[in-house]
Amino acid sequence: MQFPRLLLPLLLLLGVSAQAQSPTYGVGRTPSAEEIRAWDISISPTGEELPPGRGTADEGALVYQQKACAGCHGATGTGGAAPRLIKNDRGADADPWSLGRILPIRSPYATAVWDFINRGMPLYQEGSLTTNEVYALTAYLLFVNGVIEEDKVLDEKSLPQVMMPNRETWAPLPDWWKPGMPRLLDYPY
Amino acid sequence: MSLKRSDRREFLKRGAALAGGLGLAAAKPALGQTPAAGGIITGSPELVAYGTRSRFVTSERIAHGGRASPDAFGLDFHIASPIQDSVGVITPSSLHYVGTTRGAFVPEIDPQEHRLMIHGMVDRPLIFTMEELKRLPSVTRLHFIECAGNRANRNHTTVQETHGMTSCAEWTGVLLSTLLNEAGVQEGGNWIVAEGVEEVKGASSIPMAKAMEDCMICYGMNGEAVRPQQGFPLRMLAPGFEGILSVKWLRRIKVVDQFYMTYNDYGHLRQDSDDAALSMQIGPKSVITYPSGGQQLPGTGFFEVSGLAWSGGGKVSRVEVSTDGGRNWIDAEIRGTAHPMAHTRFSFQWNWDGAACELQSRCTDELGSVQPTRAQIGEFWAARGQPPRIKGQDNSIQPWRIDRDGSVHNAIS
Ligand code: HEC
Repeated sequence: MQFPRLLLPLLLLLGVSAQAQSPTYGVGRTPSAEEIRAWDISISPTGEELPPGRGTADEGALVYQQKACAGCHGATGTGGAAPRLIKNDRGADADPWSLGRILPIRSPYATAVWDFINRGMPLYQEGSLTTNEVYALTAYLLFVNGVIEEDKVLDEKSLPQVMMPNRETWAPLPDWWKPGMPRLLDYPY
Repeated sequence: MSLKRSDRREFLKRGAALAGGLGLAAAKPALGQTPAAGGIITGSPELVAYGTRSRFVTSERIAHGGRASPDAFGLDFHIASPIQDSVGVITPSSLHYVGTTRGAFVPEIDPQEHRLMIHGMVDRPLIFTMEELKRLPSVTRLHFIECAGNRANRNHTTVQETHGMTSCAEWTGVLLSTLLNEAGVQEGGNWIVAEGVEEVKGASSIPMAKAMEDCMICYGMNGEAVRPQQGFPLRMLAPGFEGILSVKWLRRIKVVDQFYMTYNDYGHLRQDSDDAALSMQIGPKSVITYPSGGQQLPGTGFFEVSGLAWSGGGKVSRVEVSTDGGRNWIDAEIRGTAHPMAHTRFSFQWNWDGAACELQSRCTDELGSVQPTRAQIGEFWAARGQPPRIKGQDNSIQPWRIDRDGSVHNAIS
């Protein structure tokens, strides 16, 4: 007689956890694959979402002038009303952390440069660049910052491989953190 | 005024006698209060429809951190809340601080058109209208949001400059866990990327442990719809974590396997893992808002010292005040209820004797973490052979010096 009495709550418990895997409220609809594709502009550091395409710094220099980037960021990537896009003149081997917050030099992954130009630029006409133009602009900004060679072709394969100066020098967020834990173990404050 | 009835009658009688004695011309009403010079506020359809504050109340937000808001493009950057004038724990929506990564336009969003999509590593991608979100079980909670840039320095004068990049509101919405359970998170979905609709489509990576714990998808703020500067019609709220994770104008949540290094993520990267940990969850913090920098005590005597305390680690469990620059500490009273990850009002009964002195407050949270002085932080890291700077979110004790003339000054040295 004892056994089933114990089993019942156990089964209930299992039932609850299994239920969490199926919808409870049934509110909201399933987006179509096209909807997801159109909305999903995220690019991971490993670049799996990158669309096929290619571009070089030379092509990018042209697009930079044609697509009004120069008007806001300055003809050479500095001196405009918008944030500068090239590092200070500190020499190619200066500590990249000391060069200000300039995306195409400080980002640990070139994917973030591609992603930001693709989602946010040119300001007021976001989304108007073609895939190849985004590759070309990324190549141009990486080249003027001394990260890649002038003739380097960036595409969906080579872009995630670009060795940014900060690739190994950033600290990940804590992976040990759980709710209810202090922000740093052995730190009293 | 809490006069007993007999006292009150006596008081009115004396007032009337006094007024009579002075003659009509100089008569002051016995009520002891004259109407304002402008007389009355005439009713208008606008005021009937949506009220405004008194024109004598002029408390305002200011651009924070030395960069104009709005800037040359009309983008907002950082805007600090006037917490020197705050009472209670709720920041009025109009005075809530505003932060954007690199500046962002505030988008004009028609809530009828707005959608939230959840996709990525889930069993059932879902798309919700605002109406559908409002059909789901809701929660209403008090939570502060604080910007990673809320750092005090010696050049600041007022508490608005030292601490104005934090605010607290009553938020209403759906728990993110409700939506994620509805979609069914797959094995390995250890992060989410939350994204807004503004021009740069600001996105932040949030650990799944946090997303499932207490993150909210908010449509309500202080009893009405979330304000446009705060993310209308929909805002992510990551309670107690740095403000940039509370993504505004939320349109998309992608469940992913890794930290995505978005533009927002990149902007807040640290080089040192302790620094990174200390910048994610906000530590115990408090500040005296009255008397605070730039204010003036009118003279000696009784004052209720008042301030705000908060922590990303949970509830505030204790606040202490020192009037002698941190040598002695006395428990302050917590006014009302301390809510988890919410501003908590404290007060301290104080008689100022007119001598120069230094006021400080210190918060302890329910995890037992204690708010440190700047010196204690320096000593902690120096003892480990590291530069003695304040790592991560600045939760250091704010000292206010009171001079003999009653003027109040930032005492960070
Ligand atoms: C109308 C002005 C304007 C135009 C045109 C423009 N930008 Fe921008 N750009 C900005 C502003 C302003 C920012 C800061 C981000 C924000 O607030 O939106 C920015 C930010 C950036 C950043 C990130 C800077 C950093 O280091 O944080 C990059 C990269 C960039 N723009 C590239 C481009 C490229 C490439 C083009 C041309 C396709 C372009 N921009 C066109 C105004 C402009």
